[in-house]
Amino acid sequence: MAVTDAPKIITTRFDLDDGRTLAGYERTGGYESLRAALASSPADVLAEVKAANLQGRGGAGFPAGTKWGFLPADVHPRYLVVNGDESEPGTYKDRLLMERDPHQLIEGVLLASYAVEAKQAFIYVRGEMAVAQERLATALNEAYAAGLVGRDIAGSGWSMDVVLHWGAGAYIVGEETALIESLEGRRGMPRLKPPFFPAVKGLYLQPTIVNNVETLANIPWIVRNGGAAFAGLGTEESAGMRLFALSGHVRNPGVYEVEMGRTTFRDLIEAPVLGGGIRDGGTLKAFIPGGASAPWFYEEHLDLPLSKATVDKAGSMLGSGAVVVMDHTTDAVKACARIVRFFAHESCGKCTPCREGTTWLHQILQRILAGDGRWSDLELLLDVSDNISPGIAWPPRQTTICPLGPSAVSPIASALRRFRPEFEAYIEGGRHAGARPVGVDVLAGVAAG
Amino acid sequence: MARLSPENEVLARQIIGRYPRSRSALIPLLHVAQEQDGWVTDDAMAHIGELLGLTPAEVLGTCSFYEMFKREPVGTYLVNVCTNISCQLLGGEELLEHVEERLGVKAGATTPDGLFTVEDVECIAACTEAPCLQVNYRYFHRITHAGFDALVDELRAGRLAEEIPPHGTTTRIRQTVPAPRWAGVGAEGLPPEIG
Ligand SMILES: Cc1cc2nc3c(=O)[nH]c(=O)nc-3n(C[C@H](O)[C@H](O)[C@H](O)COP(=O)(O)O)c2cc1C
Ligand code: SF4
Ligand code: FES
Repeated sequence: MAVTDAPKIITTRFDLDDGRTLAGYERTGGYESLRAALASSPADVLAEVKAANLQGRGGAGFPAGTKWGFLPADVHPRYLVVNGDESEPGTYKDRLLMERDPHQLIEGVLLASYAVEAKQAFIYVRGEMAVAQERLATALNEAYAAGLVGRDIAGSGWSMDVVLHWGAGAYIVGEETALIESLEGRRGMPRLKPPFFPAVKGLYLQPTIVNNVETLANIPWIVRNGGAAFAGLGTEESAGMRLFALSGHVRNPGVYEVEMGRTTFRDLIEAPVLGGGIRDGGTLKAFIPGGASAPWFYEEHLDLPLSKATVDKAGSMLGSGAVVVMDHTTDAVKACARIVRFFAHESCGKCTPCREGTTWLHQILQRILAGDGRWSDLELLLDVSDNISPGIAWPPRQTTICPLGPSAVSPIASALRRFRPEFEAYIEGGRHAGARPVGVDVLAGVAAG
Repeated sequence: MARLSPENEVLARQIIGRYPRSRSALIPLLHVAQEQDGWVTDDAMAHIGELLGLTPAEVLGTCSFYEMFKREPVGTYLVNVCTNISCQLLGGEELLEHVEERLGVKAGATTPDGLFTVEDVECIAACTEAPCLQVNYRYFHRITHAGFDALVDELRAGRLAEEIPPHGTTTRIRQTVPAPRWAGVGAEGLPPEIG
């Protein structure tokens, strides 16, 4: 078992009493990267971030430097929008970064804005995170007063503003185009891509970079130590350190900063200094590798490294860095139904397959759990799923505007493929047990996964 | 039923001034209204519409999309119990049942004394600290049934008033920018809004 000795990058101040104050931040090297960057050019900062091969930490894993390079030349004003809406079930790390080291995020925002020549940045914090809002407000007030944000930043002649903004409760607002709609004061419904790729037509239809909190929290370290140093951590394909929220049936649930590519799921779940293994000496039934939207993994996936390419290839995703562990006592139907309830609840209603389909899926699962399920319901679950995400494949295809609809299909496809007898047992024990079809494999048409 | 107070109108204008386009201030202003009254009244929405040049329907359209905005009074303390996957695995649903039993109301309802409203909520980003809940968006991690009972006693006795402001207030600290420090370049070159 190998837990690497790579350095911590973004959690270094989590345990300091004064880590979230300006004084504590500056004492530990804070804002040095900003001062250094201001003495060089935006292109230099962009080059370091490109060299770092920093994959976005919000879910899609798109390289930040590449994204920044997509901005059309000479179109201004440009904006930076920070995605602090963290609400994918299982995910817990952006809130910590905002609460425990707000200046690190602010410095990352300033460096990114400098690199992409943004005139204004908006930190969109999830509405339900009152303490994160308070810590960021305090930190921004300190930074403005110290001349580090606003007019003539650190005497460099460069000026830009950072505005703290917060939402009001809606998971879908985490999707970047919905985030922009919400920031424009509208209902948080996703826009169609194309044409509304934020880098081209984003906030106020101007070029806009949307980045996750954790992505930006890495930027000060990258600028201080160089992109090559960051790329030297992890593997060529998945660079750097990353925060994983390990939750569920492990001995030590927690948020761990581990080296990508060189750490495996087994390390994360079983290493004594990390998850410590399944609680109470139980056995692993399944785990979700990247948030509620991700297809489930099992025992046979434990030795896969925490690398985007590998996990993608194995049929799931690292997503938002949320690993949810289920032991042998878990009821797969209940777990699946709870996740589907989430997507049904959070569908924004803009597209029919998602609005109607997720609601149907939720209702069918509820009736199965209540002992009202019919044998045909198993096929119906897959039929509805197929209408939302044709072929029920991975990566998912979609009949919808955004990936939320197809996300509801992941837990159903996973649980039905692997734990079908548990669904059958509910039907068998319910009011419609009698009419069990003989010899019909409802899963026959669905590729194994 | 109240419009924004004169002080809150000043605050509203400060907030509006931070955005290149005023409509972006709509959600922040709805929060100001909810902080003032504990919920979002029709009069406050009408006032916000006047400040932003929006119709009442446009204001309501945005307001009604977001779950934190309450369009009728709720309890002083909103108790949000997470039952999503990580919490479900570690007793979140049982915790919700206990909360409902202890307070004598089902999720979605308010106690007769107006002190507590219970909600069955989605993931609140404390998954490694399950089971968990929030009271007015302040976290209580790894909470036991006995721990919740003690929390209710504390809240009833008013001993947590310092830490937990009444429903409507999320952040107690606001961003303030002294005028000379504000760069104010965000709208430079921004074309006029179409439509
Ligand atoms: C339904 C849905 C919800 C999302 N929620 C979040 C979120 O809460 N936080 C986040 O950073 N990204 C979220 N994303 C991803 C964003 O759309 C976007 O890819 C990301 O913010 C880009 O930042 P990054 O490149 O730094 O990862 C979500 C995507 C979808 C489809
Ligand atoms: S897929 Fe669902 S959440 Fe996404 S835009 Fe369509 S209805 Fe809205
Ligand atoms: S699942 Fe309960 S806090 Fe995330």
